[in-house]
Amino acid sequence: MLEAIRQALFEEMERDPAVVLLGEDVGVYGGAFKVTAGLLERFGWERVIDTPISETAIVGAAVGMSYLGLRPVAEMQFIDFIACCFNQLTNFVAKSHYRWGAPVPMVVRGPSGGGVHGGPFHSANPEMYFVHTPGLKVVYPSTAYDAKGLLKSAIRDNNPVLFFEHKFLYRRVKEELPSGDYTVPLGKAVVRREGRDLTVVSYAAMMHTSMEAAEVLAKEGIEAEVIDLRTLLPLDRETLLASVKKTNKILVVHEDTRTGGIAGEIAALVCEGAFEDLDGPVLRVTSLDTPVPYSPPLEERFLPDVQRVAAAARDLARY
Amino acid sequence: MPVDVLMPQMGESIFEGTITKWLKKPGDKVERDEPLFEISTDKVDAEIPAPSAGVLKEIKVAEGQTVPIQTVVAVIDAAGAAAATAPAAAPARTEAPQAAAPPTPPPAPSAAPATAAQASQRVAVAPASAPVAAAGAPAMPRRDGQRIHSSPLVRRLAREHNIDLAELRGTGAGGRISKKDILAVIAAGGSRPAAAPPPAPTFAPPAVAPAPAPPAVPAAVPGAPGTVVHVALENAVPRERIYFGRYEVQPMTVMRQRIAEHMVVSKRVSPHVYSVDEVDMTRIVQLRDRTKNEFEKRFDTKLTFTPFFVRACVEGLRAFPTVNASADGTNVVLHKEINIGIAVALDWGLIVPVIKSADEKNFLGLQRAINDLAERARSKKLKPEEVQEGTFAITNPGVFGGLMGLPVINQPNVAILGLGAIQKRPVVIEDAIAIRSMLYITMSYDHRVVDGAVSHQFLQKVKKALENWSENIL
Repeated sequence: MLEAIRQALFEEMERDPAVVLLGEDVGVYGGAFKVTAGLLERFGWERVIDTPISETAIVGAAVGMSYLGLRPVAEMQFIDFIACCFNQLTNFVAKSHYRWGAPVPMVVRGPSGGGVHGGPFHSANPEMYFVHTPGLKVVYPSTAYDAKGLLKSAIRDNNPVLFFEHKFLYRRVKEELPSGDYTVPLGKAVVRREGRDLTVVSYAAMMHTSMEAAEVLAKEGIEAEVIDLRTLLPLDRETLLASVKKTNKILVVHEDTRTGGIAGEIAALVCEGAFEDLDGPVLRVTSLDTPVPYSPPLEERFLPDVQRVAAAARDLARY
Repeated sequence: MPVDVLMPQMGESIFEGTITKWLKKPGDKVERDEPLFEISTDKVDAEIPAPSAGVLKEIKVAEGQTVPIQTVVAVIDAAGAAAATAPAAAPARTEAPQAAAPPTPPPAPSAAPATAAQASQRVAVAPASAPVAAAGAPAMPRRDGQRIHSSPLVRRLAREHNIDLAELRGTGAGGRISKKDILAVIAAGGSRPAAAPPPAPTFAPPAVAPAPAPPAVPAAVPGAPGTVVHVALENAVPRERIYFGRYEVQPMTVMRQRIAEHMVVSKRVSPHVYSVDEVDMTRIVQLRDRTKNEFEKRFDTKLTFTPFFVRACVEGLRAFPTVNASADGTNVVLHKEINIGIAVALDWGLIVPVIKSADEKNFLGLQRAINDLAERARSKKLKPEEVQEGTFAITNPGVFGGLMGLPVINQPNVAILGLGAIQKRPVVIEDAIAIRSMLYITMSYDHRVVDGAVSHQFLQKVKKALENWSENIL
């Protein structure tokens, strides 16, 4: 997946000279995770810019670049630090087009998520702060194919897009990518697995956990339909409701913490749009409402796993 | 205000429970959280506390009956008791630092819930994770006054097909009418009660299989996925040859039935082979005699032999991981945790609580865990997860004087260690006869996974660890 993201950046920079990268160590060092390795050599220091350690400065500069006609891709070394730019992103970037008619075609991307024993400051899933912000788009892919196609769409989109890259998946999900240019549309979920007994909605690393749980359940005669959201904002209402109308039960799985996670939003959406199709409560399996623990055994308890997902799905199927 | 008392869900994979004993009679006053009844489930026996204070108005499920989780088993009249219990509760509350004498009714925890919603929350004695909480789907009154639990989908389908839900019996959790139930009725051509599983009579021919799926249910419906499969306990001889002369028939308790089923399955599935070895326990017996008073004084817990055996088994299991395993078809599942089950004999049966991650505990930690689990096994306070996820087991027929025992494997383990009685015996040491404290250890193992060579090497490892014990336990 890491290589797919690098390819997307490379190809978009080849295609459009307005695309520039900036961030901490993205140039000479090639990025903390080596996502931008080799790009400085190919595109030069004017388009691959090493910045000081100031996330506020990075996003601020990117906004200015956007106004001047560039399409900046700003990297947060760890997405946790995007909190430093909360004011700029929510008050300024998100509202710029609405208030001043000035579009901000920028992408803020960076490694997110836990499961790699990164501790409370290098494992966050801060997507919901921004899903609550009209004017932004929020993307969180789970496969290498999607990561490349969605990042290309994000760079080409005239709205500000936050692009979350789950670092657990960087070197774990691998697949052959088609040669040549392709994109994956923003705002479209995908059904990863068809099923009749219940719908399991997820994204990013938990999509893989949900798929594994679905395999376990299939051996017990429970056929789960697994939906990968891919884009969290705007949310693909149609795909979700169509699936609920088919299976009549829905379980949401996310790695983000429980309270205020997207599961609550999906529960409301399903109740509004498919109440009379529900044959059970909307359930969720999420991380616990705590910071991400540093201790590996605690982190394992904190994160949803296949057993927890399968157990909740069993309860729901039996309900 | 009446508060329903529900059969709680005692664990993720438990769907029914048997009421073994009512601790209160109708008309008795109960405090909130006071033990109300005892239940027996697949995994554990437990005392269930009252969800609310009040007067026990009605018992709906008699002793000995097995009902699905979330079934209403009794009703407590909470309003009647609020007045009665509030004064009693008030003094306890005045221990709070600011004991301002309230002119209004005291905030007694046992006061009657203000709304029905609160009431149903209090009733949820089940773990919070259970999605099938009492306050599930809205319900409409059944003809006999009971509420009908269904779902928005079921109600819509009922409306569209002119089906009267009051005439249906649900098969969902807690008797809820589910999509499956109503689709079966629709498929069968209209409003017709689906066959509900008949309640099992207390004394029935045991060979009768549980009720089959209702014929109206389409074949596509999976056969109750995830439910616990109970093997039928067969008779070895025709029934008429069992009853003769004078006799008394005692129905097996739920625990007895589960033990019986487990033992039959274990013997059928796992080809048992047995190894025996002999351990010189003199060193440990002396160590224990020397230190047990000091140990108890210092740590306030009794010093037994068990932690020595657990520690020795940990060494063996570390050296021979296939003994710390399970079999799944053609796969061997090697467990990374070492969770050692300890068989605890009870007056009413046997249970195997598990010391989780036994390899990560020090000696004192093991001893405390063992004493705690054994104590709570005897007082019916074990939690379901404490009898699950064992990877190996130890049983001790020696406590009853047995010289050695050949136990049956506790599934899904592949081996179980049996300990005999420690006995002083004459033994030959370097051509001299000495009096030593000797112990027979036995291991039953599943020959699908473990071979004799491994088993005997494992026992040798255990033996060495015990005979050469050097760890300071104080």
